[in-house]
Amino acid sequence: MATGRKNKSVSYARYGYLFILPFFLVYIVFQAYPLINTFYLAFQKYMLTGAGKWVGPKFVGLDNFKNVLTKGYAIRALSNTSIMWIINFIPQIFLALLLAKWFTDTRMRIRGQGLIKVLVFMPNIITAASISVLFYSLMAYPQGPINSLLATLGVIDANIYANPGTAALVAVRFLEKGWYTRIAIAFINFWMWYGNTMIVLISGILGISPTLYEAAEIDGATSGQSFRKITIPLIKPIILYTLVTSLIGGMQMYDVPALMLQDGSPAKAMIQTNTMYIMELVYSGTKDYGRGAAVSILLFIVTAVLSLILFFILRDRDENMVKRRGQK
Amino acid sequence: MKYSVRIGLKKALVYTVSFVLCVTSVMPFLVMFVNASRENYDIQQGISLIPGNMLKENMQTLRDRQNFNVARGMWNSFQVAGLSTVLALYFSTLTAYGLVVYSFRLRKAAFTLIMATMMIPTQVSIVGFFTFMFRMGLTNTYWPLTIPAIASPTVVFFMRQYMLTALPLEMVEAARIDGSSEFNTFNRIALPLMKPALATQAIFIFIGSWNRLFEPTMLISSQDKYTMPMLVALLRSDRFRTDYGTVYLALSLTVLPLIVVYLLLSKHIIRGVALGGVKE
Repeated sequence: MATGRKNKSVSYARYGYLFILPFFLVYIVFQAYPLINTFYLAFQKYMLTGAGKWVGPKFVGLDNFKNVLTKGYAIRALSNTSIMWIINFIPQIFLALLLAKWFTDTRMRIRGQGLIKVLVFMPNIITAASISVLFYSLMAYPQGPINSLLATLGVIDANIYANPGTAALVAVRFLEKGWYTRIAIAFINFWMWYGNTMIVLISGILGISPTLYEAAEIDGATSGQSFRKITIPLIKPIILYTLVTSLIGGMQMYDVPALMLQDGSPAKAMIQTNTMYIMELVYSGTKDYGRGAAVSILLFIVTAVLSLILFFILRDRDENMVKRRGQK
Repeated sequence: MKYSVRIGLKKALVYTVSFVLCVTSVMPFLVMFVNASRENYDIQQGISLIPGNMLKENMQTLRDRQNFNVARGMWNSFQVAGLSTVLALYFSTLTAYGLVVYSFRLRKAAFTLIMATMMIPTQVSIVGFFTFMFRMGLTNTYWPLTIPAIASPTVVFFMRQYMLTALPLEMVEAARIDGSSEFNTFNRIALPLMKPALATQAIFIFIGSWNRLFEPTMLISSQDKYTMPMLVALLRSDRFRTDYGTVYLALSLTVLPLIVVYLLLSKHIIRGVALGGVKE
């Protein structure tokens, strides 16, 4: 077979180049060049004023970076994004692991798994914009459905217009109090993604050879021991893969926080993410492409470091696969 | 005996937790659908799981007074998502075929490059992308939202992995001996063999494109070209603040088609998610 391939390479190699050409052409024009252009703009003063007048591009060195890092909100946005990602991811991975353990436990044989998977995965497929506006409406103050529910349950005073001094607790301003909004956003992300993570982990666990578990059972291991000593070490690469993809995706978080932000809400300082900040800089009023590009480049650096980690994980896995194929 | 009691108790716990999670997944959507048929005043009185009788009125308000054109938004999103899906599928498979079937000097480098770019999100280059599209006069058109789909690294990666196991190189050789041209072999033999992978990827690309908000918001400015998520974002504005019934109705209309499609294809979708994770 190896020699067959070699003969082919002589006459057909040009088709290889021809077939991958469209990908690379489009990649260069629509993704590589815009990235280079963003780098270029990050060092320029370049804006469109509200009156429709273009300023620049004029080289200003590191001014844009200095501006967004000291006077602007780049650091704040980065910390907001990280905090909201962490409060979503930690419970997400724990719940997903717990459910994956339960659903793959051969001693319990949980039924109805198909239905459970279909239902808990559902939020992941629905438009994040629709889900955000839905929660935005459900969390309305003072008479949104969630506040009504809290009143019915007796958690807050039933009379939502009660004087704060007399009532034990009043309706919650979910969209105005920074931490409430943060937790709400983290919850939506958690709620949308734990089903996905669970399915990925289950398929990883099902890929482990059953003989390992049988041997452990014969040796008297409990299901908890099997999980800690066999499952966890063997699905570590998958957990790592989930972690890194979630982190890279999380850094670009836009839809949910942007639509959960009420106009003029004081919560903005605590929920504005980097992508929201970029949008604010280049979308309305004076469109400042220079500063917007600077924030983009900062985000790019953070993401690139994370991508590099993922790249090495995936490359090792791919090489293993090619090796195994060669053995056949 | 004692062992079986313990297992029984544990099972009860698992079923209870699963039940609570399923309810949590469904409840917000249920409240949304019910509220779509209720009057603003009733909605503010509390949660109900019994539909109201205002569906028709809410529908009328949404269409006539609010000028919220769901059909238009859907058609726009359908065009963008449909074209993106077709382009991403065809060209990613073509790229994967080039990488799997032919050996050429830069093959390994090309694949490494594709993998390296895989996780660079489009958001980080949006400013440079926007100003470039603006100079080309392509803002407020669907081209910047669809053409880039030709270069979809993750789809190439998935197609290549699938092709390594699903496409016997002997078949390509046989086609060559029969005098089939290389391009023809790809279209007539390789592409049909990839059908299962194409179907799975089609669902994910289509839904992914349909749900996008960031890039369209940046690039599309006239409201008659708004995609579905952009239209949804409008529901937060003040003109809707006074009438929650129509907000829930509008949301229901945007969510319902996705739920129907999801329930019909859930088996493939969940299998696809599981596959994506193991990727090897």
